Amino acid sequence: MASTLAEKIIGAHVGREVKPGEIVVTGVDVTALQDGTGPLALQQLEELGLVRAERPEKTILFIDHAAPSPRKELSNAHMSLRAFAAQTGAVLSEISEGVCHQRLVESFASPGDILIGADSHTCTSGALAAFATGMGSTDVGIGIATGKTWLKVPETMRVEITGAFGPGVYAKDLILHLIGMIGADGATYMALEFGGPGADAMSMPERFTLSNMAVEAGGKTGLFAADEKTRAYLEIQGRGGDYQELAPDADAVYVRSIEIDASTLEPVVSAPHTVDNTLTISAAQGTKVDQVFIGTCTNGRLEDLRIAADILKGRERKPGTRLIVTPASRTVYMQAADEGLLKTFAEAGALVTGPGCGACVGVHGGILGDGEVCLATQNRNFQGRMGNAEAFIYLASPATAAASAIKGEITDPREFLS
Amino acid sequence: MILKGKAWIFGDSISTDHIAPGRYFHLRTNLPELAKHVLEDANPDFAAQMEPGDFVVAGRNFGLGSSREHAPRIIKLAGVNAVMAQSFARIFFRNSINVGLPVLEIDTSGIEQGDELAVDLEAGTVTNVTKGTSVEFAPLPPVMVKILGDGGLVEHFKKYGEFKLE
Repeated sequence: MASTLAEKIIGAHVGREVKPGEIVVTGVDVTALQDGTGPLALQQLEELGLVRAERPEKTILFIDHAAPSPRKELSNAHMSLRAFAAQTGAVLSEISEGVCHQRLVESFASPGDILIGADSHTCTSGALAAFATGMGSTDVGIGIATGKTWLKVPETMRVEITGAFGPGVYAKDLILHLIGMIGADGATYMALEFGGPGADAMSMPERFTLSNMAVEAGGKTGLFAADEKTRAYLEIQGRGGDYQELAPDADAVYVRSIEIDASTLEPVVSAPHTVDNTLTISAAQGTKVDQVFIGTCTNGRLEDLRIAADILKGRERKPGTRLIVTPASRTVYMQAADEGLLKTFAEAGALVTGPGCGACVGVHGGILGDGEVCLATQNRNFQGRMGNAEAFIYLASPATAAASAIKGEITDPREFLS
Repeated sequence: MILKGKAWIFGDSISTDHIAPGRYFHLRTNLPELAKHVLEDANPDFAAQMEPGDFVVAGRNFGLGSSREHAPRIIKLAGVNAVMAQSFARIFFRNSINVGLPVLEIDTSGIEQGDELAVDLEAGTVTNVTKGTSVEFAPLPPVMVKILGDGGLVEHFKKYGEFKLE
């Protein structure tokens, strides 16, 4: 039987062909918790008397959502993660290391893996052809202790990408466009599988941006085939040995197929308060913004920072508009420093923060005031997301964010591209 | 068992940020305190005015967003009998079963604020006592019936020490 990527990966784990809708109990290769969901998972394991990690070297506890800790309750929560790591040999990713999803693709996730993380954007690692999905604390806790989880084999929606992006249009615009088209529940319970010549041509960072937002359409994961781009990326991370080629069968069965011609897209913005509330840039431009935030597991990678810095070089943020830049990981931070990008941001009037989730999660480092408007490169614009239910969040690409910071209003980045 | 209570109406796309706002991130290790803010950004009066046994009744894609299991936990801890919605987001649905919170996918369009509802989980019916109407809901997948029946995933593991989903 021909298989989609999701069916292949799950099938390889259970040792037989699987069909959508089947329930399987499967081994998991990588498990991850973060500081918002981790303490509850560990509490569950204590209640069960299962304070252990089946694969400690592939069990990672990330301190990224509230890093460094802004209050004592969270400092204590961080202590519980450090103690579990010390006790079990699990990996602790400290406050300096960055967002879990960026760290997972850099150092832990590999093609063919099943990865479960107690964070909804765990689907990011799907870009490496790992079946990577977000679950709750109890599910992941049990996955850590037993090395197993249960899964319903998902149906797969194929997203066939053709064409190349025009100037000022990026992977972020494509994924916002897709979510606007199918809706925030358009792929509920499904795996998204990105393919076609446009997907083959994409860099790994572009693929991470697409996979990261699969959950914003309700998807369980967002998969790409593992190809030469994947191999080269893993080699750069010093993990060339983790590569295996992985592609769906040509006659795999999809529940739905969508074709997107990237060359027809314009910059896209998601307006408050749902991701599927998308507008083309011409309908959104002119909206005044109080804060611009560039970073996150969606768009805080080196390539994103380069795009933003190219636009901000020699320019300044509009007085009255704050600009915050948060590299996704320590590695990204160091590379951005070496390339002079952090200096470019500082010269443009930005606050450059240490790596992490930053302002996206509304815990610290950029909470919005009543009635304020933020344009952010993150994946969510839900009411209250950035710490204030009276604020308004727009989502866009790093280029649109940089252009908007300069003009103090939502701006078409193509104005700044020569 | 028949669950009885009043309906609290919510709209479409109620996210986990509405249910368990990020600004209370520090209360995630103190669920009784966090539960005092349940659904605060969707209805600021809900937590103070709801009575144990009441139902959360919503539109499409309830629980979208984050994987935070705290969201269904504090709905249950507040005393909500069950959540019914036109549809649910995947992670929230699975988390609800894991923590023992019944989640029912039904046509909620005819239910109004304050309607008296009676839910029969075994028979799969929701009766609107106020309106004199009744709707059926499809049974949960067997694996979820099993986990919910055991009282959630932790209780399932206490009982069997492993996944026993057949």
